[in-house]
Amino acid sequence: MSTHSGHTLPRSNPLDLLQRWIPKLVLGPTIITTLLFIYGYVIWTGVLSLTKSRFLPRYDFVRFLQYEKLMDNDRWLVASYNILIFGGLFILICLAVGVIMAILLDQKIRAEGSIRTVFLYPMALSFIVTGTAWKWILNPGLGLEKMVQDLGFTDFQFDWLVDPNMAIYTLVIAAVWQSSGFVMALFLAGLRGVDSSIVKAAQLDGASMPTIYRRIILPHLRPVFFSAFIILSHIAIKSFDLVMALTGGGPGYSTDLPATFMYVTSFSRGQIGLGSASAMMMLGAVLAILIPYLYSELRGKQHD
Amino acid sequence: MTLNFAKKSLLGAALSGLVSLSAQAGTVEVLHYWTSGGEAKSAAVLKQLLEQEGHQWKDFAVAGGGGESAMTVLKSRAVSGNPPGAAQIKGLDIQEWADLGFLTELDAVADKAGWDSMLPGVVSDVMKYEGHYVAVPVNVHRVNWLWANPEIFTKAGVSVPSTWDEFFVAADKIKAAGYTPLAHGGQAWQDATVFEAVALGVGGAEFYRKAFVEHDQTTLTSPTMVKVFETFKRLRAYIDKDAAGRDWNIATAMVINDKAAMQIMGDWAKGEFAAAGQVPGKDYICVAAPGTQKGFTFNVDSFAMFEVKDDGDKQAQADLARLILEPEFQETFNLNKGSIPVRTGLPRDKFDSCAHTSMDDFVATAKSGGLVPSMAHGMSTTSAVQGVIYDVVTNYFNSDSLSAEQATERLAKAVKAAI
Repeated sequence: MSTHSGHTLPRSNPLDLLQRWIPKLVLGPTIITTLLFIYGYVIWTGVLSLTKSRFLPRYDFVRFLQYEKLMDNDRWLVASYNILIFGGLFILICLAVGVIMAILLDQKIRAEGSIRTVFLYPMALSFIVTGTAWKWILNPGLGLEKMVQDLGFTDFQFDWLVDPNMAIYTLVIAAVWQSSGFVMALFLAGLRGVDSSIVKAAQLDGASMPTIYRRIILPHLRPVFFSAFIILSHIAIKSFDLVMALTGGGPGYSTDLPATFMYVTSFSRGQIGLGSASAMMMLGAVLAILIPYLYSELRGKQHD
Repeated sequence: MTLNFAKKSLLGAALSGLVSLSAQAGTVEVLHYWTSGGEAKSAAVLKQLLEQEGHQWKDFAVAGGGGESAMTVLKSRAVSGNPPGAAQIKGLDIQEWADLGFLTELDAVADKAGWDSMLPGVVSDVMKYEGHYVAVPVNVHRVNWLWANPEIFTKAGVSVPSTWDEFFVAADKIKAAGYTPLAHGGQAWQDATVFEAVALGVGGAEFYRKAFVEHDQTTLTSPTMVKVFETFKRLRAYIDKDAAGRDWNIATAMVINDKAAMQIMGDWAKGEFAAAGQVPGKDYICVAAPGTQKGFTFNVDSFAMFEVKDDGDKQAQADLARLILEPEFQETFNLNKGSIPVRTGLPRDKFDSCAHTSMDDFVATAKSGGLVPSMAHGMSTTSAVQGVIYDVVTNYFNSDSLSAEQATERLAKAVKAAI
């Protein structure tokens, strides 16, 4: 209806022309910059990954040589394996801790506001601060281990930070500490959005609270799960500052993640071709997770 | 808009050209990462000297000790076609930049001042691309130093080791006396710094050069390399377990505070001792790392000059290059930085005893062939090859499952792939 009336309006009216063009003019720069600086550079990185660029971009194409080198690179394999461990554990634990804290906080307790602030506070810190603080806490000679030993438990050991096999889990600890409060806040908002009359009706039917949460409330929170998952997975994949501050990729390169690998190869080692190839692999991994998920979510919406 | 801007800046340039009296005066934009106290002071000296010549110094300092962020900035400026006149670039990166066609030749200045006779061949080779000077060296750091705490050595009843065999004997006694024998920071570059000292001590200068400069496959896979890796791994028993990720200056502080007996680190560590008010020879001892008395791994800071169009700017660039190697700057700068002058034969009474040893050894090793470029500090090879050596070394040092033979094999394979 409205489009139809739009066509019949006189064209000569300058005000109307302006009204039609303003949205396009306002959005134009955003669309152009997005196309150029996001998608344009994605394409450029893709092109670079097919060249033998080292120090600066150079367009001598070598087909998939950089990808072959990447697959043969032990450090890249460690980084890929690490992102699976780190990403998986981080997302799972954050979701679990967040949901449990939200449910507990939802029991109409006293001082809820201040407790919520306390749990949410770590999110206000940058990952650099989190990393530096946990670096001290987890350092066996300075932090937790020394403290417990000084208390008299001399056999106590907690040296994950300096153990190449365990250091990746210290990243999970620090990241969960930082982000689970945020997940809690998301779920708390979701829980408050659930219609209380449904809960009351279930209670009248004689359902216990755990059953109500499991069968009624949590299924309602599917969109919240979706948002939390998307946010957490992008935090996990772009994790860079936390690694740099907490372990610097060490001991050795046992806590390297794809993002740190990409940075180090492209910028400090002057191997832009190889770095671009690793960036494309990361992009591929993100798309492989996101596309099916988005597809199922969006299709699900239409059926509702 | 951009056109207007271009016109304005052209006009501005023309005006400033009219205003300046000397036709030859120009501006050099200098990209450097000398931002810490002593370094910034040294940069100011250079700036003053340049201004006395009637030129202008446009400071472009990018913080970050290793210069990584400075290099990123430089690359983006170069890609956009607007590189600074001079930039602090070192080692084989100079060759890479020259190969890409960015650098300008300094042969005229070099011939006039006689750089060839002033600098040791190994150093000037790094500054040259296809036989032409494209960069100026500023200073020489010696990397293969052993810093020792004499008090702990007295208490443990041992003397400062001069070979790796003596080192392990001494380290055992120091450990028994309740001290950490070797202060170390578990970062890749520090692992590599110790590793190259071991390689030079165990294999000698010829082996070192073949492995890390020429990347000769038979040397990289030789039994000597296996022995280097074995010796290197043995050091791990003498390092406290909290070393992972520790900064080098914290490790130096362990030696200063009587917690650890030794540290293997370049002569920038001297700055930490000096800052703590310690006197060389009395409160701390500096000797060559075990087995490397006849060797000298150098790390040379340098400036490379980029192509500029304006004649005045070219003149300013040439004057800057000349000034860097003149005695006045060499002395002031190196006193501030803890390194030694890159040109020999300068008055040395203001330098301390460690610097004197360094200067003597620099001259002696330049003649004997023991003067080798540091692998860990990017003087011997490109950043790509250096990177893969770092990876193998640090992974081996921190892993329990890798044997020395496996590490040797990996090193040879990784270097071959990265060349």
